[in-house]
Amino acid sequence: MAMIYGIKSFIRANIGILAGLVVLCVVIAVLNPNFLTTNNLMNVLRQTSTNLYLALAMTMVIILGGIDLSVGSVMAVSGVVTAMLIALFGAPLVIAVAAGLLVGTLFGALNGYVAATTIIPPFIITLATLNIGRGAAYVLTDGQPVRVMSDAFNFIGSGYIGGILPTPVLYSIIFVILCYLIMNKTKTGRYIYAVGGNPEAARFSGINIKRVKFFAYTFSGFMAGFAGIVLASRMFSGQPTAGVAAELDAIAAVVLGGTSMTGGYGRIGGTVIGALIIGVLSNGLNLIGVSSFWQYIVKGVVILIAVYADVIKRKTA
Amino acid sequence: MSQKLLRMSGIAKRFAGVHALKGVNFELESGEVHALLGENGAGKSTLMKILAGIYPVDEGEIFIEESKAAIHSVKDAQALGISIIHQEISLVPHLSIAENIFLGKEPVTKTGWIDWKKMNEEAQKSLQRFGLDLSPAMPVKKLTVAQQQMIEIIKAVSFRAKIIVMDEPTSSLTEKEVEFLFQTIGHLKEQGVGIVYISHRMNELFAITDRITVLRDGILIGTVKTKETTTDQLISMMVGRELTQYYIKDTVPESGGECVLSVHNLSKKGVLNGVSFELKKGEILGFAGLVGAGRSELMKCIFGLDSFDQGEIRIGGNPVIIRNPNDAIKHGIAYVTENRKEEGLFLIRSVQYNITIKLLDKFIKWFRVNAQFENRKTRQYIQELSIKTPNPEQEVRNLSGGNQQKVLISRWLATNPRVLILDEPTRGVDVGAKAEIYAIMNRLVKEGVSIIMISSELPEVINMSDRIAVMYKGGIRTMLSRAEFSQETIMHYATGG
Repeated sequence: MAMIYGIKSFIRANIGILAGLVVLCVVIAVLNPNFLTTNNLMNVLRQTSTNLYLALAMTMVIILGGIDLSVGSVMAVSGVVTAMLIALFGAPLVIAVAAGLLVGTLFGALNGYVAATTIIPPFIITLATLNIGRGAAYVLTDGQPVRVMSDAFNFIGSGYIGGILPTPVLYSIIFVILCYLIMNKTKTGRYIYAVGGNPEAARFSGINIKRVKFFAYTFSGFMAGFAGIVLASRMFSGQPTAGVAAELDAIAAVVLGGTSMTGGYGRIGGTVIGALIIGVLSNGLNLIGVSSFWQYIVKGVVILIAVYADVIKRKTA
Repeated sequence: MSQKLLRMSGIAKRFAGVHALKGVNFELESGEVHALLGENGAGKSTLMKILAGIYPVDEGEIFIEESKAAIHSVKDAQALGISIIHQEISLVPHLSIAENIFLGKEPVTKTGWIDWKKMNEEAQKSLQRFGLDLSPAMPVKKLTVAQQQMIEIIKAVSFRAKIIVMDEPTSSLTEKEVEFLFQTIGHLKEQGVGIVYISHRMNELFAITDRITVLRDGILIGTVKTKETTTDQLISMMVGRELTQYYIKDTVPESGGECVLSVHNLSKKGVLNGVSFELKKGEILGFAGLVGAGRSELMKCIFGLDSFDQGEIRIGGNPVIIRNPNDAIKHGIAYVTENRKEEGLFLIRSVQYNITIKLLDKFIKWFRVNAQFENRKTRQYIQELSIKTPNPEQEVRNLSGGNQQKVLISRWLATNPRVLILDEPTRGVDVGAKAEIYAIMNRLVKEGVSIIMISSELPEVINMSDRIAVMYKGGIRTMLSRAEFSQETIMHYATGG
C-alpha cells in the first residue's frame, strides 16, 4: 500500500520530465528499433551510472544551496591512485580501492571544511579544487594513462551479475536507495533541506549548519571517488584526463530533475530521471547516427527546453 | 477634499475558484487618506494589486477622475498616476538616490547620454521639498529604512502619482520615523494626492486617515468616517463578531515565586551595557523600548545566537554557559524570532516539517522514521493552536501571517521550553490571530512556562505583561510593575528620561 502510494506520488511529482523521457524513448525506438533490445537498454543504464553517482550527491549539495564543480577532477585522481597502487605497487585490490575512495572523500572533506568554516562561495572553492585535483592527477601520472592488467579490477566496472545486470547498474540501484533514504528518512536529509531553504532560520533553530555542509560535500567527494574507480576499471587504466566536464553532466541531470539551483527544493527521484534523459539522449543519438558534435547542441537545447517547461509548470501550479 | 480621484465599483476577482473579492466598491478623493482595513486574506492586497495592474479584474469597473480606466499592466497603472509603496523596499541598494528616483526615466542630453547634472539637480530639489538633508549621489544602501521609504515616496511622486498606495509603511519604522512619514503624508495631501493606507495599527489610522473601509472575506463591510468611529467598532467590523476579551491575562505569578532565569551584568561592546534582570516562574516579562535599544540583541545573547563580552546567565540559580542555540534549548530556552519569514520558517516546506524540525530526535533513528509519532505531534499542535491549514502537507508560505506565526510558536513549544522568548509575537498578524496568540500565552503561563515578550506595541505590552523592562541604549532603564504601567511612563523611559 505504502509502496503504491510512493510510486503514485513519484509519478505525480515528476510528471513533466517523466513524460519527456517516455516521448524521447518512443521517438528513438521508432527511428531505430534496436533501442528497445534488452541489451541496449542495459547499455543505457550502464552508461548512465557514472553520471548518476555524481548527480545523486550533487543533488544533495545543490539542495543545500551549494555546488560541487570538483567531481570530474576528483574522479580522475581517485581512478589514478587506485590504478597506480595496483599496477605499480602491486597492492591488493581492496586496499587500492579503499585508497581511491579515501582520496575522493578527502577532497570532498576539504571542500566541505572550507565551505562550512569560511564565507568563500562554494562555486569558487570547488573551482579551486577542480584545478588542484586535475593537476594532481597529471602530476602523479606524468600525464600518461596507468594501465592495469587485473581481471578482478576489471570486474568492478565491467562485470555482470547473473549474466545480465551490469555491475555499475547494481551500484546505481544501491546508491539511489541510499540517497533516497538519506534525503527522506534521516535527520541529515531534513537538515539539508532546511539549510538550503533558509540558512538563517536553520541557524535560529539550532541546526548545526557546519556539520550538514561538511557531510554533503564529503559525500560528494566519496561518490566522485567511487565513480572514478568504476570508470578506471572500465577503461583498464587510470587516466588523468578522465571525467573532464563530468560535473556539468551531473549538474544537468540534477537541474533536469527539477532541483532548484537556489537550494531548498529538489528530489532524488527527479535526478534519476534527469540522468536517464541524458543517458537515453546520447545512446539514442548514437543509434540514429547523429555525430557527437551535433549531440552537444541537441543536449544543450534539451536542457533549456526541459528547465523552461519546469519553470512554467511551477509558476502556474 | 474635493474631487473624486478614484472610484472602483463592483470589483470581483476569483483565483482558481476561490472568490477573493465579491463586488467591492472603493472611493478615494483627492487630498484624502483612506485606510483599507481587514484581516489577512480579507482582500485588501488583491484589491490594490488590481488597481496597480498586477492582477486583471474579473468584473467591475475602475474610474480615474470620473473617466473609465482600462488597467491591463503595471505600466498602464503608472501612466494613470497610480503608485504602490510595498512593505518591502524595492530600491536598488548600490545605486544613488538620484539614480533610484529616475530609474527607467533618466533624463538624457541631446546626444542621448544620461544627463547627470539635471538628474542630480532634480533629485536635490525633491529631497529638499520633503525636508531631507541628503546628497542625491549617496548610495541608497547607506540610508535608514525610513529614509529609503521616503525615497520610494519621492520616486512615486516624481512619476506624477496622483494615487499612492502605502502597504504597512510603518512596520519597520521607529516612533520618530513614523512621525516623519506622517508629515510627508501631510505634504502629499496638500498637493492633492490621494493616499490608500493599509495598516493594522489602530492608533495610526486614527492619527492620519480621513475614512476607513473595512473588508472581510472579500466583501465590503462598510466605509466609515474616522472621526465618527471607534476601535471597538472597527474590530467588530473586521472579525464579524464582538471580541469580548481581546487581551486575555487571567493569572498573576505567585509573589516570591521561584526565579527561572536570571541575567547578571551582561555586556557587549557598543550594544549592551550591564543588563541584569530576573524572570520568575509563570511570569510574562515585557520588554519595551525603541528600535535599536538592544532588546533583540539581548535575547540573541541569551539564546546563544550572539556572543557577549561580560556577564553571566543563570538557570534556576546555576550559572550556565550558552555558546549556541542548542545549549540554550538544552537549558529549556526557546526563542521565537521577530522576523518569521527570514529567520524563522522554512517557507517552501510543509507545516509538518516546520513544526517537527526540533523534534527529530524523538522520532528519527538512523533510517527509521516513526511517521505515526510525527503525524500525531503535528495534529496536536495544529489543534491546540488552531492553525488554519487545509492539511499538514501544505507549504507554510501559503498560510496567512497569523497562522505562520502559530506554526513557528508550535515548533518551539515542541521543545518543552521553561523560558519562551517571544520577539514581536504579533507583528503583521491580524486581529483574530492576535487574540489567539494572547490566549496561547495565557495558557502557557498557567502551565508554569515563563515568557519574555519583546513588543513595540504599547497596548500589548501593557495588557499582557506582569512587569515591563524598558530598555534604552543597551541598558534596562527601569523595571515597571503592573501598577506603574502607562503608555506615557513607558515612552518617557524608552526615550531616555
